[in-house]
Amino acid sequence: MGTTTIGIICIILVMAILFQIAKASELTSIIKGGEDEKLDAEGNYVLQEGTPGENQGNGNAIMSMIFVVGFLVLTVWSAWYYRGLYLPEPSSVHGMWIRNMFFWTLVATVPVFLITNFVLFYFAYKYRARKGHKAYHYAENNRLEVIWTVIPAIVMVLLVFEGMRSWLKITAPAPEDAIVIEATAQQFNWTLRYSGEDNDLGKKSVKYIDGENTLGQNWLDKPNYDDFITDTLFIPVNRPVQIKINSIDVLHSFYLPHFRVKMDAVPGIPTQFWFIPTKTTEDLRKLEDNPNFNYELACAELCGQAHFNMRKPVYVGTEAEYQAWLKRQKPTIEKLGGNKYIKTFEKKLEDIKKKELELKQDHHHHHGDDGHHAEAGEDEEIDLAKL
Amino acid sequence: MASTDIHLHDQLGHDHHDDHHHDHHETFLTKYIFSQDHKMIARQFLITGIIWAFIGVLFSVLFRLQLGWPNETFPILETLLGAWAEGGKLSPQFYYALVTMHGTIMVFFVLTAGLSGTFSNLLIPLQIGARDMASPFINMLSYWFFLLAGVIMAISLFIQTGPAAGGWTAYPPLSALGQSNLGSQLGMTLWLLSMTMFVVSSLMGGLNYIATVLNMRTKGMTMFRMPLTIWAFFFTAVLGVLSFPVLLSGCILLMFDRSLGTSFYLSDIYIGGEVLTNGAGQMIEGGSAILFQHLFWFLGHPEVYIVILPAMGMVSEVLATNSRKPIFGYHAMVYSIMAITIIAFLVWAHHMFISGMNPFVGSIFVLFTLLIAIPSAIKVFNWIATLWRGAIRFTTATLFSIGFVSLFISGGLTGIYLGNAALDIPLHDTYFVIAHFHIVMGLAAGFGLFAGVYHWFPKLFNGRMMNETLGVMHFWITFIGSYFIFWPMHYLGMTGVPRRYYEFSNFETFNKYDDLNMLISTAAIVVFFAQFLFVINFFYSINRGKRMPASLNPWRGTTLEWTTPMEPGHGNWVGKIPEVHRWPYDYEVDGHGFIPQHVSDEELKRVTAKHS
Repeated sequence: MGTTTIGIICIILVMAILFQIAKASELTSIIKGGEDEKLDAEGNYVLQEGTPGENQGNGNAIMSMIFVVGFLVLTVWSAWYYRGLYLPEPSSVHGMWIRNMFFWTLVATVPVFLITNFVLFYFAYKYRARKGHKAYHYAENNRLEVIWTVIPAIVMVLLVFEGMRSWLKITAPAPEDAIVIEATAQQFNWTLRYSGEDNDLGKKSVKYIDGENTLGQNWLDKPNYDDFITDTLFIPVNRPVQIKINSIDVLHSFYLPHFRVKMDAVPGIPTQFWFIPTKTTEDLRKLEDNPNFNYELACAELCGQAHFNMRKPVYVGTEAEYQAWLKRQKPTIEKLGGNKYIKTFEKKLEDIKKKELELKQDHHHHHGDDGHHAEAGEDEEIDLAKL
Repeated sequence: MASTDIHLHDQLGHDHHDDHHHDHHETFLTKYIFSQDHKMIARQFLITGIIWAFIGVLFSVLFRLQLGWPNETFPILETLLGAWAEGGKLSPQFYYALVTMHGTIMVFFVLTAGLSGTFSNLLIPLQIGARDMASPFINMLSYWFFLLAGVIMAISLFIQTGPAAGGWTAYPPLSALGQSNLGSQLGMTLWLLSMTMFVVSSLMGGLNYIATVLNMRTKGMTMFRMPLTIWAFFFTAVLGVLSFPVLLSGCILLMFDRSLGTSFYLSDIYIGGEVLTNGAGQMIEGGSAILFQHLFWFLGHPEVYIVILPAMGMVSEVLATNSRKPIFGYHAMVYSIMAITIIAFLVWAHHMFISGMNPFVGSIFVLFTLLIAIPSAIKVFNWIATLWRGAIRFTTATLFSIGFVSLFISGGLTGIYLGNAALDIPLHDTYFVIAHFHIVMGLAAGFGLFAGVYHWFPKLFNGRMMNETLGVMHFWITFIGSYFIFWPMHYLGMTGVPRRYYEFSNFETFNKYDDLNMLISTAAIVVFFAQFLFVINFFYSINRGKRMPASLNPWRGTTLEWTTPMEPGHGNWVGKIPEVHRWPYDYEVDGHGFIPQHVSDEELKRVTAKHS
């Protein structure tokens, strides 16, 4: 508390001093007669010297020039100075397109930033009010307006064109051979599920979630049988990977900074992002000269009080490393107990169905069950009768 | 021929037969509290806005302490926040509450109500030559609903579960489910109630502004003789009236989801160890969390223009007056405000490129978003051209206006990055976004507000003026300091550092910028304390500031507000309302320093003959 009190007292003192200086300067300017009115015989206000601001003109004009030079030099210098800390060259194919776009947007905007800021303050300095200097009445120039409408318009059209091209390529449907991995977000962690040998994620629903069945997989759906859950997002280099993203509670966002991948996780609405990693973790360790380097998965959408803690390690290996890693993974169903577990699940499912039916009858809800969930996609539940 | 400045205010004010002046008894209550005088309502908006600005900015300083020095403890935090900062360390929960409140307060209470509420109220009647608003009573209610909104929000700061903590955007399901966040319990209910009151306030204000501008202009004040301030306030009101109701509907559906078991925004949720069901025990499904984002940003994006247009209008006026030149390209300026207003309704989904929205829809929003850069660029070039060959007087208002243009350039250009969907993928929800919108919207609009206060202070407070020396100091510290706060955030953003992180120690990728975070926080503290230069100046000058000169026109402006008396009563002009004979930018024309709008050619001839 001691330092805080002293700090506050210091601030009050500085304020008081500045206030006194300001009041004194106001008094001086009145004594100097700088702002006297001159009224003519009819009481009309004629011409006066030294209107407010005029006596501060030179100081502020010079300050404007000092500011703009300092500002522009500092911005350019600091952007250069911190270059080593920016993200390294993207580790994905589409990341390079984005980097390219960033570059061209820099080319389009940095000169505008430097020139307009400079001209703004330079004009302020050059055309400061001085005795005997009068403003030049110049109201409009349509040719100029057209020029500075058309040039930005052309630049924007080019950027829009390039931007849309990249955007539509990035968001195009994933290639057929992409490795399908699912990322399920919840407060406050990610669950990563691999689709296994069939490259097909089994169906699931939040209804089936319990302590063992953490994702609510439907164990009557065969594609679930080879699915497995891991702690690291392990992906092979140079192969398309499709991440199917979803959430079971609030919004989250699947964020891989090094790969320029970001997509929201929305409960009830599955999203996806596919990309091709181009650099292994080892490559980056060498490039960054940091043997401890790791790719990371983060959450980029505020999801509650531990939002800043939703980290998962990401590892990009060679194809051989990936195959070896795959061999070590065990399907989730094996961990849960195989057929025995499926039997208990079947009972659980019947209970759920029964409960739902009761609820429906209670409320005289008679909407047809067939095809009712037709467009629910991933989470579609299995009709027991059909099995 | 010697340059003459023509002031003809004296011909007004001796003409009592059309007297609207209120000489009848005014009590303290009717004069200061339940006032229907637009000038008093403007003061109420401004002072309430300043109080909220103090709270909102203080909150940012508190959470900047956490970001700048994540390993330190600050006993003062525990003094101020009690259990929310046990041992002098901010809890993550309250960190997010502070972030949320900072955003809500600054965007709505300060930059919408404090800026547009103050100056639309003050200047619309004064500059178009009207005695008051179309409906002074509804205008009064507009302030009272704003105050009520503020009171509700203030109460939410003191409740046990704390204020809303899901971000100022209040995205469901986080904002819908009390189980997901402490702040989503009573705090969020109060937030929604407060926003409802705020929308009511904003609609009553906006409808009044539109009606007044369209119907109550004095004789001769054609639309194209209106100062740019009025054009800006007018289109601001149009934006607000058309977009705030959409936010309200979004909020009402959210209230239903929170308390009536509906599922507008909710689907397939497992939280707190169970599947989310409604009151009847049925699983909640079929809602779309993205729907809320559409409804929110349908206001949310026009909102940033609601914030910036009034600032643009005032800056145009201040720059023209103090450069002693017409605003360059008046018509282009008007049309670009119009274009911004229209396009503002077609860009909202650029906040949602990575929300899972259809990518094709995204690409259309790229187009409109980058198109809006064109009218914005036109405005910047016109402001710079206004300075060219001017005779610039560095009043504090001029400095803040030049600062505004610089900030609008610096912050506007980064919008070109973020508006391009593909580039938005890495930059979305990083500090790059924080840098962008704080510079282009927060700071720029704030500078517009300061420019307005310094320039029109004599019209706000009985002819008193603020101290210019303090004002100049206030400007330079704030201007340089603000760039120190927000410029480095671009670099954090280019490293992918996400916003809304309580600390970065868990991520190797994001924890490289301890020194910059410390610099940012230090600059934020300096700028915060520098605002006391303004606060002291402001409150001192209300009663003790220097009176403006006997001309009643301290900046030698041409617009009608400078024809009202030193202490105008309710009704503004003592005599009849002045007529308008010309546009508002006759500076340095035909040998006259300036010709006020109410001076006709004949009067001009008469006075010129007398002087020569």
